Amino acid sequence: MTTVTGQQQAAGPAPADEERPKTALQRLLGAQAVQILGVLLILVILFSIAESDAFLSVNNFRNIVVNVSILAIIGVAMTFVIITGGIDLSVGSVLVFSGVVAAKTMESLGGEGVGVALIGALVACVAGVCWGLLNGVLIAKAKVPPLIVTLGTLGMALGGAQIITGGIDVRGAPTVLTDNIGFGRLFGQIPYLSLIALVVVVLGAVLLHRTRFGRYTYAVGSNDEAARRAGVKVDRHLILIYTLAGFCAGLAGILNLAFFASTTIAGQSNTALNVIAGVVIGGTSLFGGIGTIAGTVVGLFIPAVLQNGFVIMGVQPFWQQVVVGAFLITAVYVDQVRRASAARGASSRRSLSSRFSRPAGARRKEAQ
Amino acid sequence: MTPALEARGLRREFGHVRALDGVDFDVDPGEVVALIGDNGAGKSTLVKALSGSLAVDSGELLSDGRPVTIDTPTAARALGIETVYQDLALAPHLDPVQNMYLGREVMKPGLLGRLGFMDHAEMRKHTRTAFTDLGATVRDFAAPVGSMSGGQRQQIAVARAAAWASRVIFLDEPTAALGVVQTRNVLDLIRRVRDRGIAVVFISHSMPHVIEVADRIQVLRLGRRVATYDAKKTSMEELVGAMTGAISQGAA
Repeated sequence: MTTVTGQQQAAGPAPADEERPKTALQRLLGAQAVQILGVLLILVILFSIAESDAFLSVNNFRNIVVNVSILAIIGVAMTFVIITGGIDLSVGSVLVFSGVVAAKTMESLGGEGVGVALIGALVACVAGVCWGLLNGVLIAKAKVPPLIVTLGTLGMALGGAQIITGGIDVRGAPTVLTDNIGFGRLFGQIPYLSLIALVVVVLGAVLLHRTRFGRYTYAVGSNDEAARRAGVKVDRHLILIYTLAGFCAGLAGILNLAFFASTTIAGQSNTALNVIAGVVIGGTSLFGGIGTIAGTVVGLFIPAVLQNGFVIMGVQPFWQQVVVGAFLITAVYVDQVRRASAARGASSRRSLSSRFSRPAGARRKEAQ
Repeated sequence: MTPALEARGLRREFGHVRALDGVDFDVDPGEVVALIGDNGAGKSTLVKALSGSLAVDSGELLSDGRPVTIDTPTAARALGIETVYQDLALAPHLDPVQNMYLGREVMKPGLLGRLGFMDHAEMRKHTRTAFTDLGATVRDFAAPVGSMSGGQRQQIAVARAAAWASRVIFLDEPTAALGVVQTRNVLDLIRRVRDRGIAVVFISHSMPHVIEVADRIQVLRLGRRVATYDAKKTSMEELVGAMTGAISQGAA
């Protein structure tokens, strides 16, 4: 695999005291997001050579982009969550719950107007925010591990949606929603769904990489105690991030409703896992402190391109799951190698890897 | 000279353990005071009490002669007191500039700043200056500090404290995990901070380092200050004797 060898070279020699600073280009090439982009391009080229007519068309690319759009909105928030060292398994269920509540609200209001659709969107986002807030408070204040909290709310939100609907999907949404947001295109070319996703991605990237909020997100994931001592309000920050995840899931819920014209209660059981896989493939570390929005977007495209390409080539689509699984494991392996080399010579007590592998210097000192 | 920070009769009990038993402490501006004592003598507890990480049961604190309350790390910081903790308290994935300004980011002026945008150029410039002034050997300002050596990270932690402290810096075992050259750099750093008129208090188990860099040495035993020595006129035997209780100094 090209990525693995490239990674090991990038993580090569242990840093010396008088090490020369890396150039911007070296840094860029060392970023997992860039390497994974190379993999994505290779996939696209391979499929283009194999099936140039069917794969290499505007329509097909638009299909892929639309398929990624809803996942990308959740993926942006998931990137924040995973950078703090957390996880959110509940996003798929929250998406369903928000869609259900919005659909029920719009149904009872009746009509096909813009006002009804806007109220529906608002209701979906508020429902998502509520679940996110619950997640955040339980994680930050009650100190229950994120995995358990969001596993719990995963069941609660899905169960809640089924109680409200009796387990039967609410079908139909105001046509203004389905026709414009679901299937509408700007200039007849660019789907509005993808435009909304693009806006969320850009806003998320600016928030993460350019603002103090983003800086604190990395700091909390890197060393929460250091952040706390430096005066960062860690608990409040975590609550905000899980609330953001809930909001994005709610937004995805109304878009999902617009696209499928159904609440897809049974169809979202793998959404959270697919998003997490994309985020991790894109180079965000499950251990916190590392990650980019760009990486997440690329990471989400890889499963989508594989799926699309396999279908076109007539390969059984089940193979996509096998290959994505392998990608996921490779991505985490590469992350481990990267973190092990980053912690070389380090004595941070909080670093997981240094707890198991002592730096060579310490061992030498003890031997004397 | 009025002490930069003075403690009188601090007491703190943990259940039945009397960690601080009416301990006194003082440090003057532009002075390096070493705080030594055997394990459990109360060194770390005292530093925690003086840097706002731990509440005391009784006793008073004076800063520049005025009575003060230091009940949170924020209160300590407001008084110009910074602490370098034993476990460094740096975020390993952030670079030196980001660590330097963590929790104190310089925001862009105007609307952009209010939206949460930071002034990266300003922070980078000041970090570079701060490091150069202290002679720190950190070269790469864009690499994560987790990839740097223990000595460089210790320098970053000390430089950060020095940049923000206006009165006192506490250093808890600053040389414990360092090699020879790196230890030398940190000790030089301590002297340079002192030369700016800041009081430096450091805890160490290494008697040669203590004698080398400190101006005064205060010895704790069983939660009390049992002796104060002029570092120029004392010996390792005397210090160890005071720590273990073999020697008792009349005027502590």
